[in-house]
Formats: sequence, C-alpha cells, structure tokens
Amino acid sequence: MSYTSLAVLSVVLVLLLDTILLRTRLVLRLDFWLAYAIIVFFQAVSNGLLTGSETVQYADEAILGSGNSSGQPLPFIGEGRIFYAPIEDLLFGFSFVLLTLSIWIALGRAGLQRQPQAGPPLWQSGSDPGPD
Amino acid sequence: MLVFIVGASSWLELLLRTRVLRRWRRLLLTLLLASVPFVLWDVLAVHLGHWSFDPDAVLSLRLGGLPLEEWLFFPVVGFAAILTLEAVRSVRGRPMGDEES
Repeated sequence: MSYTSLAVLSVVLVLLLDTILLRTRLVLRLDFWLAYAIIVFFQAVSNGLLTGSETVQYADEAILGSGNSSGQPLPFIGEGRIFYAPIEDLLFGFSFVLLTLSIWIALGRAGLQRQPQAGPPLWQSGSDPGPD
Repeated sequence: MLVFIVGASSWLELLLRTRVLRRWRRLLLTLLLASVPFVLWDVLAVHLGHWSFDPDAVLSLRLGGLPLEEWLFFPVVGFAAILTLEAVRSVRGRPMGDEES
C-alpha cells in the first residue's frame, strides 16, 4: 500500500473511533476544530522546514505528488505538495491529533484524572474558585 | 524542531492554566496509546521505503529504523495537541465531552 492509501485509511479508522467506538465525537465540536486550526498552522511551519530542507524524503511511488528522487527543487505549493510537505502528511497529522485527543477525552470521561479541569486563564484569576 | 514545538505550546500550561501536567497519569496513558499505532506505521513506512531521513540531519541513534527524534515526535506532538485543546477549553469554557454527567 502507498502512503496515500494508508493515510486515507487512517483518517477513516480514527473518524470511526471518535464517532462510534469511543463516542467522543470531537469532530462534531466547534472547539475541536478551533484547536485543530491552531495545530495545523504549526504543523505547516514545522513540517515545511523539515520537508523543505529534505530532512525527510519521500519515494515518488509512495505519494500522489513529487518525490525527492528527481533532484529538482521541491515546489512550495503544487504537485501534490503543500508548504513543501506531501499532502498525505495533512491526513497523517489529522488522524494522529484526532486519535490523541479522542483518547484523552475518553480517559477523562472514564474517570481517569477528570480533574483538575482547564482554566480559567491567568488574567481571569479573580473568578478562580481556587487551586483545583 | 521538537524544542520549538515544546516552546510554542508549554506556556499555555501556565498562562491559560490548562492543568495538563497535573493530570500526568491521564497524559502518559494517552500518549502511549496514541503513539503505538503511529510508531508502528512509521517503522513500516521506513521499511517499505515510503519515506527516509537524511542521515546527516538526524541523530545516528536508531531504533526500529527510526532516528531517536522520530520516536520523540509522537509524545511531543501529542502533548502539544492536548495543551492546545485544553487551552481552547480554558478560554471558551465549552464542554468537550469528559465533564461530570
């Protein structure tokens, strides 16, 4: 199987886990997508540096776009690449992030260290009910 | 790169009181469970030749064909992702599905 097909498969499996198996249903929550938007921005920056510098290299036949074997400069955007990284990396990153957050929420819901809950931010400390 | 990710996310724990480190057992179990399938995928992908690492740019210490940094990628990125979700929760205060029912 190519990286492309494995990446699509992983997104399908993790979506099933979030919606049906663990029923965490993060993909139905706006706040998950707000967090993901922040995460994917930092993924684009850090992965762009690692792929643009060719620290990580991809085989031509494993991805939809251009591999690293041609010796040509990589496109910043285009030919199956986005910010130098193969578009498959977006699927890989999304499924890892959703898997991590779905397990995190499921464990908390099951009672493993549900407390202390996050917040409030430091600048709202007046409304802080106290430590923990 | 991993230092950058930790640096860009760890201040959330203090400024937004995400309280993720206080829930360290839940954190460690999450990182372990989420990292296992992706490390296996990574090892498989390197074996199949889907991707490779520039030997001059990574540490020579390798486990299962992966440089040490690649192993660290999963817990570091997973930790940053949890911090980000909890930061959004801290600011917006909306339920995420793990509240007392």
